[in-house]
Amino acid sequence: MDPRILQEFRAVVGDRGLITSPEQLKTYECDGLTIFRVLPEAVLLPSSTEEVQGVVQVCYRAAIPFVARGSGTGLSGGALPVKGGVVISTARMDRILDVDLPNARMVVEPGVINLEVTERVAPHGFFYAPDPSSQSVCSIGGNVAENAGGAHCLKYGFTTTHVLGLEVVLPDGTLAHLGGRALDAPGYDLSGVFVGSEGTLGIATKIILRIVKRPECIHTLLAAFGSTMEAGAAVSDIIGAGMLPAAIEMMDNLAIQAAEAAVHANYPNCGGLLLVELDGPTAEVEALMQQVDAICRKCGATEIRVAQTDAERALVWKGRKAAFAAVGRISPNYIVQDGVIPRTALPRLMSEIERLGIEAGIRVANVFHAGDGNLHPLVLYDRRIEGQEHAAEVLANRILELCIEAGGSITGEHGVGEEKKMMMSKMFAEPDLETMQRVRCAFDPKQLSNPTKIFPRPRLCGEVPGKYEPHPLEVAGIAERF
Amino acid sequence: MMSPRSASEKEPGIASSLADLSAIGNAEQWRDAGPGDIVAGIQPQLVFEPANETELAAVLRNADAAGLSVIPRGGGSKISWGNPPTRADLILSTARLNRVIEHAWADLTVSVEAGCTIGKLQQTLAQHEQRVAVDPLWPEEATIGGILSTNDSGTLRIRYGGLRDLVIGMTIALPDGTLASSGGKVVKNVAGYDLPKLLTGALGTLGVITRAIFRLHPLPRNILSFTFEAQNLADANRLLLAIQDSKLAHTGLQIRAAAETSPAVDIRFDGTEAGLAAQTETLRKLAGPAKETESSNKVWQARQDLFDGTASLNRNATGPIPAAIAKFSVLPTDIAAICEQVRDLARFAGVDWRAVVQGTGLGWVRLEAHNPLAIHQMLQALRSELERIGGSLVVSHRPPETPALDAWGNCGDILPLMLSIKEQFDPRKTLNPGRFVGGI
Repeated sequence: MDPRILQEFRAVVGDRGLITSPEQLKTYECDGLTIFRVLPEAVLLPSSTEEVQGVVQVCYRAAIPFVARGSGTGLSGGALPVKGGVVISTARMDRILDVDLPNARMVVEPGVINLEVTERVAPHGFFYAPDPSSQSVCSIGGNVAENAGGAHCLKYGFTTTHVLGLEVVLPDGTLAHLGGRALDAPGYDLSGVFVGSEGTLGIATKIILRIVKRPECIHTLLAAFGSTMEAGAAVSDIIGAGMLPAAIEMMDNLAIQAAEAAVHANYPNCGGLLLVELDGPTAEVEALMQQVDAICRKCGATEIRVAQTDAERALVWKGRKAAFAAVGRISPNYIVQDGVIPRTALPRLMSEIERLGIEAGIRVANVFHAGDGNLHPLVLYDRRIEGQEHAAEVLANRILELCIEAGGSITGEHGVGEEKKMMMSKMFAEPDLETMQRVRCAFDPKQLSNPTKIFPRPRLCGEVPGKYEPHPLEVAGIAERF
Repeated sequence: MMSPRSASEKEPGIASSLADLSAIGNAEQWRDAGPGDIVAGIQPQLVFEPANETELAAVLRNADAAGLSVIPRGGGSKISWGNPPTRADLILSTARLNRVIEHAWADLTVSVEAGCTIGKLQQTLAQHEQRVAVDPLWPEEATIGGILSTNDSGTLRIRYGGLRDLVIGMTIALPDGTLASSGGKVVKNVAGYDLPKLLTGALGTLGVITRAIFRLHPLPRNILSFTFEAQNLADANRLLLAIQDSKLAHTGLQIRAAAETSPAVDIRFDGTEAGLAAQTETLRKLAGPAKETESSNKVWQARQDLFDGTASLNRNATGPIPAAIAKFSVLPTDIAAICEQVRDLARFAGVDWRAVVQGTGLGWVRLEAHNPLAIHQMLQALRSELERIGGSLVVSHRPPETPALDAWGNCGDILPLMLSIKEQFDPRKTLNPGRFVGGI
């Protein structure tokens, strides 16, 4: 990198805020998706909004692409550096700036760890609802970029539900305040657009969060079934009975074995394990829990346990949240997939995945957020066996195609990033993607902020907005496009 | 269908453009605009009712190419909201796009065309004991496209979030004729930008919503509402905050206040009978000395009642006394302070007032006075106080005889960004010109 540029960066963040040595840069060459690696030219560690602005202004003047990075736990390559570009780490911006309990709001910097938000307010009976499995290490800034979910978003919603406003450094270095502490600020809902934009619209430097009062009572029920099919039927009946649990999670036998091997959660050894969490006023939860119990028994549950104490619940959840990493105990390599289907397509998709796995000679462990149809198939393989890695990738992609065919999505919470941008053309038609990119052009006409992610083909922002062409799906006569 | 006589009365350039437009669709779908089609005082020329979204996109594209301005319209119940348009040539009505496309009840989602009324949609969903968890104004007239574009959700918001949290997919027509979909029909989905949120509350200035997909919630098993009379506004605010800080799982919470009366606090629960009984007990302990008065589920109509005799298309008649209605937003802890401000300003200016404020901090106030200038000045004073404390005031309705007043107020440092977005989506300013924030 041009030493004059480095000097400019140094003037903004000081020696301590600039990393250029190749050994240190290697730490930043990938995120949680390690198959993609790009060495950045430099890493900047600003410690204030002003420093982020300063760094971005240098990038803007010199047309250097930049990628913001939180804890680097993302699973879609969202924080993968761009060739010839720099990484801007928010790790040093880790202060909780304000806690406003009566209004249930907090203001944090992007480097604050997700779990720290809950820890700060737990003594006062509050929690921060989005709880991705990586919550003990992932940052709020990263959560904002990816619109992170977690097990409890069935009832509580996603990061976007809990972000009321943002201070953002735009790709030209100017500052903008989106949303605010009070609801419905006049104007477009730019906070809603920014959350989940995967770092392509700028860098959040302050985030106004909504926190939630902890419910009076939380019960977690574990039900063991002979198969995921039976467990799936129970899920349908629970939802069909008009209940909205805080979480419904499902694991298949391989995933159970892995979790047991890793954290000894004392799960029953069965074909399909269901974890149903209800929360709310005690009397309400107890009444509904009886119904859930009855539904599970009717659907063939062989064993039912209810965790009532915090310690029991923690153990139950520990197994579930450790499931991804735990798969390392039963397979040398694996791909974590993240697809979504309408919940009713679950049985069909499960048997299809099983069939494809057998055909390819590859095992697939399944962990789902079953309530909202978010699947996390773990495709297991051994890199040392020739051809297996490739076969695993093919299978993982095929699973996503099945999700699209079922009317679902290629990602429920991990993001598109680098990994799935080519799949975007399968889920969306060209006019859909072109329209989304108009937003990017409005925020980032020079395309410097994480420029190579999400979209299969970047749109030139100078292009005159496209002339009308019939939507390809209209031409194909598919009127109902969703 | 446009008659030659009426066409000749219009500007010649516009008349020939309009003639080109009417090649799309058939005669019953076109008509001359009449007094009933007036938009905030501006008389449009023509009304078109596309039969499907392809027709809608094609007419929008042709109008854009011809330099005509387009006002999208659903049921018209909130057509006067926002600033008056700087131009209004063509009303694009979604009246015929009124199908419920797919109620995937087992997946708790519904796909619906923009012109379907929320009332009709809720009836359909109720067959499977489900609903979109919103209770907007005038459900029999308000359409899906209209409630989304005006971001009008209602009292359920405190529990289920706003429309932004319930809409999961959308198809829009852009002025260049592009039909674009985003989101999808699954609740959890982070593929691509969240355009449904961008269009929600955009007052039809970026594109015309042609269909939307919502996540659904089960209909409540039982509903129970309570009302407490508070000594004064500060007491009402304290009770509201205490309820928010409790373990109660309420689905509605609001303060009703008016000149010369004690404020009321309304709270609503739903759930199993056992759950309701337990919550009732907790609530009564919490309310302490506050006097419980008889309540009914009708109290949740209070916001709509504010609009009586004002508002909306074909209901231009104001009441006998000039009135204004504005939506405001504050932090929940500031509700009493802002209502006291309203009370004091109103007393000083000789203005009568009523307000409904939800636990979310969103409120609506009605101001009435024989002297419309007093209303005007009060709106300005109230807005400046609200903006000072980080809130906002958006005027939905004001007496026609008052001086011009921007409907929206200050939008902070994001105006350049909003203008860039508008430029990308609608470079010729075809859609609802001048109606939105900052002249958009």
